Amino acid sequence: MIWVDTIIQGILLGGLYALFAAGLSLVFGVMRLVNLAHGDLIVMGAYLILVLVTLLGLSPFVAVFVAMPLMFGLGWALQRFLLNRTLGDDILPPLLVTFGLSIALQNALLEGFSADSQRLPTNALTTASVEIGSITLGVMPLLTFASAVLVIVGLNQLFYRTEIGRAFRATSDDATTASLMGIKPANIFATATGIALVIVTIAALYLGLRANFDPNIGPARLIYAFEAVIIGGLGSLWGTLFGGIIIGVAQTVGAAINPEWQILAGHLAFLIVLLVRPRGLFPRAND
Amino acid sequence: MAYSVTTQTPASRITAILGVILIVVLLALPFFAGRGTIQDMFFILTMLVLAQLWNLLAGYGGLVSIGQQAFVGMGAYALFGTVILWGFDPVPSILFAGVAALVIAVPTAFFAFRLNGAYFAIGTWVIAEVVRLLVAQWKTLGGGTGTSLPRDATRDMWFVETIENTLGVRSAAARDILAYWLALILALATIGGIYWLLRTRRGLALAAVRDNTEAAKSVGVDAGRMKWIVFLSSAFGTGLAGGLIYMQKARISPDAAFSVTDWTAYVIFIVVIGGIGTVEGPIIGVLVFFALQSLLADFGSWYLMTLGVLAIVIMLVAPRGLWGLLSERTGLHLFPIRRRLSGGKLTTSEE
Repeated sequence: MIWVDTIIQGILLGGLYALFAAGLSLVFGVMRLVNLAHGDLIVMGAYLILVLVTLLGLSPFVAVFVAMPLMFGLGWALQRFLLNRTLGDDILPPLLVTFGLSIALQNALLEGFSADSQRLPTNALTTASVEIGSITLGVMPLLTFASAVLVIVGLNQLFYRTEIGRAFRATSDDATTASLMGIKPANIFATATGIALVIVTIAALYLGLRANFDPNIGPARLIYAFEAVIIGGLGSLWGTLFGGIIIGVAQTVGAAINPEWQILAGHLAFLIVLLVRPRGLFPRAND
Repeated sequence: MAYSVTTQTPASRITAILGVILIVVLLALPFFAGRGTIQDMFFILTMLVLAQLWNLLAGYGGLVSIGQQAFVGMGAYALFGTVILWGFDPVPSILFAGVAALVIAVPTAFFAFRLNGAYFAIGTWVIAEVVRLLVAQWKTLGGGTGTSLPRDATRDMWFVETIENTLGVRSAAARDILAYWLALILALATIGGIYWLLRTRRGLALAAVRDNTEAAKSVGVDAGRMKWIVFLSSAFGTGLAGGLIYMQKARISPDAAFSVTDWTAYVIFIVVIGGIGTVEGPIIGVLVFFALQSLLADFGSWYLMTLGVLAIVIMLVAPRGLWGLLSERTGLHLFPIRRRLSGGKLTTSEE
């Protein structure tokens, strides 16, 4: 029974990793850009929520809705004025610019908030749990997982049911032809990164509510997100959720055997998938 | 009249002469410089080695690795392992450091080459994390907290006594001088080796693969093999540098030896600022990096933030770095690899 419990906890943890990964997946899907600062943007989102909570006395669940438009604006501007200039055939500029951004952001947070661990204020809801049979599930992990599913359903709807989604797909397939149809790729890319940062804000809320965070944890979140995307297969959002679950289960099972093996077990699961199915479990894109 | 293909330029000939003078001065440096200068020069030279090797990977091979700390850390731990567990002298153990890095580079390449472009970058990072977590489990070498080189191993190190007697310095200073000379040899061998590689047929193949993989394949270049050669030789050199750096530090921990900031971020910034894809770039970059560090090191995170922003600005404004700017303006190439046709007059078939 303890194993069933461990695996269910792992699946729910996978929801968090899928939230980390969804934004990365979206940006890659639309413009083939891998943002190495993704993890640091999640941490920055958590600090933004913390600031709103402290300054305005809001509940984190309200603060996240205030933070979302701010993060959208930031993502839009970041893409429009910085990252768009790096797109092209050469892979070096986007990689090196986002890597520089990652280091700069990390140290800006360090300067602004010190290296001390922070946590978003919790209330009764965040520590509550429900009993299902003989298994106790935390409300927070359940909420995280439900949010991940909602985000992925939402993104799929956005991609396949709306005008902006059609523009995303068209630009992703062929930016030049799309621009002949009156679409401005620069703005489409900016909107996509804006939406990705809205998802980042949701991920940041759960990151901050569930555990301590400090300016240095960004790169590890990027790595989990990346592993989830690769395991799921590029371009598949449901695959990304599944990839997150695999990392989550591997980590909780690893931790159950030996607490020191938690992170290692997640990475090893990723390497095994890479060995057996190099293109991920549900590949869709060809690159 | 005969035609000839040359790569030398007047500037490169002057560089060669000045280079020989510089090497003599650097070799003789411990005879007149203080211990602080020697330590600074050791830092500059080892960072230069790491930067040249990363530049070989990314600038020439198109393989942007963020996992170089795997090879630095593995090399360093291999050195500590051979010294502590097998009782070897630290100096020859540096070779084991290179071999150990080479050994883990094979599975790393096997996994990472399954990923393309940007995903290759994060893939190498994941593998470096795996190596760090595994090494942290190695209890005989201190596990997560790390360990030091035994005192008698560092005291009786090869050449140290000779240096002590010849230069009349204390044992600790003599060890720094030994490390400095080894770093100088490694730096010269790395620059020389890379320059030699780039001027051979393989270098031409490498440039062709970087510029257009498909076109290079169509004229018979084995692109996959070039990637392996570049990745493995870079790992070997990085392992040697890692072993040497930690032989000088004499104290190791997994977090320090596998630090992504120290062994990859700094290195990337050096290459980007100096000029990616040139031999001259990392040399300029490491000097700028050292100057910035001397100026800003007291400001902690402001320093890293400045480096990050500087790298972004340079990548956007001058993607070929400071050396690229200079070279474009003046046409100067200190380490030319371009083959130029000269001699004779152009004649047509009617004549």
